[in-house]
Amino acid sequence: MKQFLAFVRKEFYHVLRDRRTLLILFGMPIAQILIFGFALTNEVKDSEILVVDYAKDNASWELLTKIGSSRYFNIRQAALSHQEILSTFRQGKIKAVVVFPEGFNEDLLHHNKAQVQLIADATDVNTANMITNYLSSIILDYQNQVNANLQMPYRITPEVRMLYNPQLKGAHGFVPGVMALVLMLVSVMMTAISIVREKETGTMEILLVSPFKPVLVIFAKAFPYLALSLVNVTAILLLSVFVLDLPVKGSVPLLFAESTLFIITCLALGIFISIKTESQQIAMLISLMGMLLPTMMFSGFLFPIENMPVPLQVISNIVPSKWFYIIVKSIMIKGLGISMLWKETLILLGMTLFLLLISLKSFKIRLQ
Amino acid sequence: MEAVVVKNLTKTYGKEKTVAVDDVSFSVNKGELFGLIGPDGAGKSSIFRMLTTLLLPDGGSASVDGHDIVRDFRQIRSSVGYMPGKFSLYQDLTIEENLHFFATVFGTTIEENYHLIQDIYVQIEPFKNRRAGKLSGGMKQKLALCCALIHKPTTLFLDEPTTGVDPVSRKEFWEMLKRLKEQHITILVSTPYMDEASLCDRIALIQGGKILSIDTPQNIVNAYPDRLLAVRAHEMYRLLKALESYPAILSSYAFGEYAHATLADTDTEALQAYLRGQGLTGVEVKDADVTIEDSFIKLLH
Repeated sequence: MKQFLAFVRKEFYHVLRDRRTLLILFGMPIAQILIFGFALTNEVKDSEILVVDYAKDNASWELLTKIGSSRYFNIRQAALSHQEILSTFRQGKIKAVVVFPEGFNEDLLHHNKAQVQLIADATDVNTANMITNYLSSIILDYQNQVNANLQMPYRITPEVRMLYNPQLKGAHGFVPGVMALVLMLVSVMMTAISIVREKETGTMEILLVSPFKPVLVIFAKAFPYLALSLVNVTAILLLSVFVLDLPVKGSVPLLFAESTLFIITCLALGIFISIKTESQQIAMLISLMGMLLPTMMFSGFLFPIENMPVPLQVISNIVPSKWFYIIVKSIMIKGLGISMLWKETLILLGMTLFLLLISLKSFKIRLQ
Repeated sequence: MEAVVVKNLTKTYGKEKTVAVDDVSFSVNKGELFGLIGPDGAGKSSIFRMLTTLLLPDGGSASVDGHDIVRDFRQIRSSVGYMPGKFSLYQDLTIEENLHFFATVFGTTIEENYHLIQDIYVQIEPFKNRRAGKLSGGMKQKLALCCALIHKPTTLFLDEPTTGVDPVSRKEFWEMLKRLKEQHITILVSTPYMDEASLCDRIALIQGGKILSIDTPQNIVNAYPDRLLAVRAHEMYRLLKALESYPAILSSYAFGEYAHATLADTDTEALQAYLRGQGLTGVEVKDADVTIEDSFIKLLH
């Protein structure tokens, strides 16, 4: 036990004395959360909207104020012809145009029917969809407000509720994704590199010629990274709660327990890579290419798995981060408990045991 | 009492079965300072790695302190000290941290065996808070020796401990080994430097995976069969050329500022006359003291 502790302490010295390692360990998760949280968002904020108001009456003014007061749009008034609208679009400064025809208010009051034209720049399909949806819902909202006093027969109002994420915040999907990514990177790459480094510098030779059990060398090296990864989980959760306003709906202890399980999966993977490679560069390459890419592609965090061709969907099942992503998403956003997640947990547990087993089996107690 | 017994040990590498160690046998007595002397690639490190249980032999057997190197590898690992050829300590840990770490890994403390390393450690102690990576070659070597000694090993394996170390530190290092011998620790040391061979109790000259000779340095030198001459002239290159073409020459090679040569006859006057006849100036021929290097060269041919 004393030997184990001395080993763990030595490992902490390595980490804390190497600036690059420290930067990767703690700089990366924070940077990723902030980048995904603020820069790479697919929310539509402060979009420039051009308004061409031929009506200039009460109703059009009321509707405009409503659009303008939403934090999604910045309104620019202009009296333009249709031709000019197109050329403004080409300059790329505006995202959409709202056109009120003449006599908007009249039509609304007397014919019970009025038209508004929405023109959106669909070069970016997602943004165009989102903007027209927002605008339509604001218009619908106004219509309901006007109709509140009138009795209209036969009216179907679809009441849409965006469950778990009513404000359609982008942060919801990516926090679990970033968590899987960061843990994968820290645990797999760092462990693999740190074990291979001992091989490269020759210290492994001395450690092998010692009474210290070789298997314990491996565990003693993995242990500090488990601790550091848990610090990372905490940091990511704190950032998501206090900076991104994304609370953890489910049980925090359960979230930590599942994270620990996933970290151990990653550590086992890292150990396996370190056993099979001889240089730090190769270990790093394999960790990056073999672990990071599948995590990005197959966890469902950037690309929905349901949209992939069937063979890729099958492959995604062997990527541990996919299961972890599902678990974290369910706990953080849906607030589900272990009774709903036992299946995913069991799969992850199985993967971990399998990886640990083959790592221990292929571990060499000699140089060759 | 024999501490290390090696019988017909063989090691090959790779698919081509490159032979690194070829049917090597020797034994080392308890408390002996035994040297494996040979150039790079002679198989010294392979022998050390097999004896420290890091490599499995392809043939033959060996034991350290009575423990078989294959079967009883655990016992060997906890009782021997090993210092690999490459500096293999943690560069980002300080002297003290390295020593403390290795003491703990071997289940002991610095205090318990301080008497063993005291002589060596006092020399580097003023720098104990300096990181190992920032030490000079000599100091690294001393630290590595301390780390290999801290658990009071019965047998110490030092693989080329003085390679890349300055002459003064090399001398100091060998003096430390002599003092360790007084502690009844068996020491196996390998080195490519022939001048260090005479500092060992017994040596094995090794080349191409084969042992050429095993004996005390004095006996090996005494066994030199020929009369060895030291020849000097103003122009070394032309001297060597001239020696090669001399009819009675057996062997000749550069040795410091002299050329060493052996002749089929004993007529040194004739050699001098021949060399002068070749137009060389400042010719001097005298008897040379045989060194281990001369013996080694003799054994190679």
